[in-house]
Amino acid sequence: MSKRAGFELLGEPDLGELWRLATQHEGTGTVSTADHADVTRRDFIYIATGAVSAVGAALTAWPFIHQMNPDASVKALASIEFDLAPIAEGQEVTIKWRGNPVIVRHRTAKEIEAAKAVPMADLKDPDARSQVAKDGDPATDENRTVKGHEQFLVMMGVCTHLGCVPQGDNPAKEFAVVEGYAKLGGWFCPCHGSHYDTAGRIRKGPAPENLAVPQYKFLTDSKIQIG
Amino acid sequence: MSGPSAYTPKSAFGKWFHERLPVYAFVKDTALDFPTPKNLNYWWTFGGILSFMLVVQIITGVVLAMHYTPHTSMAFDSVEHIMRDVNYGWLLRYMHANGASMFFIAVYIHMFRGMYYGSYKAPREVLWMLGVVIYLIMMATAFMGYVLPWGQMSFWGAKVITNLFSAIPFVGDAITTWLWGAYSVDNPTLNRFFSLHYLLPFVLAGVIILHIWALHVPGNGNPTGVSVKSGQDTVPFHPYYTMKDGFAIVVFLLFFAFWLFFQPNYLGHAINYEPANPLVTPAHIVPEWYYLPFYAILRAIPSKLGGVIAMFGSILILFVLPWLDTSRVRSGTYRPMFKWFFWIFALVCVALGYLGSKPADGVYVFWARILTAYYFAHFIIILPLLGLLESPKPLPSSISDDVLSKSKSKLAPAE
Repeated sequence: MSKRAGFELLGEPDLGELWRLATQHEGTGTVSTADHADVTRRDFIYIATGAVSAVGAALTAWPFIHQMNPDASVKALASIEFDLAPIAEGQEVTIKWRGNPVIVRHRTAKEIEAAKAVPMADLKDPDARSQVAKDGDPATDENRTVKGHEQFLVMMGVCTHLGCVPQGDNPAKEFAVVEGYAKLGGWFCPCHGSHYDTAGRIRKGPAPENLAVPQYKFLTDSKIQIG
Repeated sequence: MSGPSAYTPKSAFGKWFHERLPVYAFVKDTALDFPTPKNLNYWWTFGGILSFMLVVQIITGVVLAMHYTPHTSMAFDSVEHIMRDVNYGWLLRYMHANGASMFFIAVYIHMFRGMYYGSYKAPREVLWMLGVVIYLIMMATAFMGYVLPWGQMSFWGAKVITNLFSAIPFVGDAITTWLWGAYSVDNPTLNRFFSLHYLLPFVLAGVIILHIWALHVPGNGNPTGVSVKSGQDTVPFHPYYTMKDGFAIVVFLLFFAFWLFFQPNYLGHAINYEPANPLVTPAHIVPEWYYLPFYAILRAIPSKLGGVIAMFGSILILFVLPWLDTSRVRSGTYRPMFKWFFWIFALVCVALGYLGSKPADGVYVFWARILTAYYFAHFIIILPLLGLLESPKPLPSSISDDVLSKSKSKLAPAE
């Protein structure tokens, strides 16, 4: 048996005959090959079939891709309320929101002063990264807190480098090595050594952005809703 | 796999079966009679050892999955349940966990053997590239497997590694959220990692079949790097190499057994026996030992995106290795300069591994930067130049000649 056994069963295909069949519906009876050499009905059908298959495959793939995105039950946990009253000045708590730690710090006057004294030119990331300010606002201390509640700094405890939780209030203060303003405290990420100042802005290390301030609002003077 | 078989069955049943499914002819041609260079040394046994280790991982993995629960609230406890309650659970889990390390030791030896003997050179480029694909799948599989016990290192390792994708401009955050199925590493993440960790070894098996197929087209390389010229140069795979590989596997098992029975936790991290806590990062996050060189490269670059590119680049560069090495001599044995650079490169990889295990500051980062630069220079500068500058030693005229001249010099009386 030859390599083209399959064709032998059906008989060797007669290309001229196939051609005639493909083109005869155009009403010209016998057509010379040269007239329609560029585009034929059959070419069009092939391409159209291929295109429909490709679109169909892409549409079918989408549910399989999209199933991996956050589901309804994950999204349902998108907002929480939190009472700030028990947090004394200089204290900090970490709460969980959408699976991530949120740092809530009741800052001392000194810390706020230190954060405000930083010239914008010293910042690695000049963008506020704050959902309580407008997009693209500068990274001033005011833009990273809610007016009238400056003592409370609420931000994601997710290092913008690779997602570890920056440690605050280290009693040894070994980490507060950013010259000048941040010596008072701030946060240090133990994974790859990023330093954040008392407004949670990146000052040193590999992290590219300031710690994100999530969307939140004060429901009462001492209660916030995150998300 | 290449060409029709010379095999003809003797019995009537054998003939009947062979005409319907010539599987025995296939096995005979590819695994029993396959002509193999007669001078392969023990560095060539790691392919067999790796196949064996994949089987160990699949068997232990399948039975562990019978007792494990992929849910954030139960995963850690179910692993402890395996360790304490399941009959021989401790043995099976330690086999699987240490087996992963053994798998990587074997694959690194296998890769360095390929680099020393120029196994990636024409006509074996595709064979080598399939090997790199296998290595990448192994890394992904091992990473997801390490997440499953849901300890502190599992969680934070997963968080750091998945966050690598957030470095991709514009779509990075959407990709990480998609990978997680949540806004952080969470239950959906654990669940899908379990599913993929179960799937990937079978994908691996498929690519290994392609790898062996690509090996069987040109045939094995050998320590001289000289191609097989006649039947004199080869022996049938069985019994010569089935026995040699078998012996090597037994010796390797002794090594495996040492870790398994005497140091089962040495290659892991104590902190992974602490349940995952998304609110507290351990003071010192380190990946498993087999990722350490790449972790050092990641941290050496002072930019997030740059670090991620360098880390992936350090593996992907292996794909083009066949074209970066300009020397036409395959075996490092006949390349007096390459030999030195090969061993320097091997040392640099080990040193990067050491640096990856240390904190990311001060002198460690300094050295990681120097060695990262050297790592890339080895591929981009040293290998292309060496092929042009070096004058290789004369090659033996055939594998057979080389073997005979060595045994003669041993037999000849000292003069």
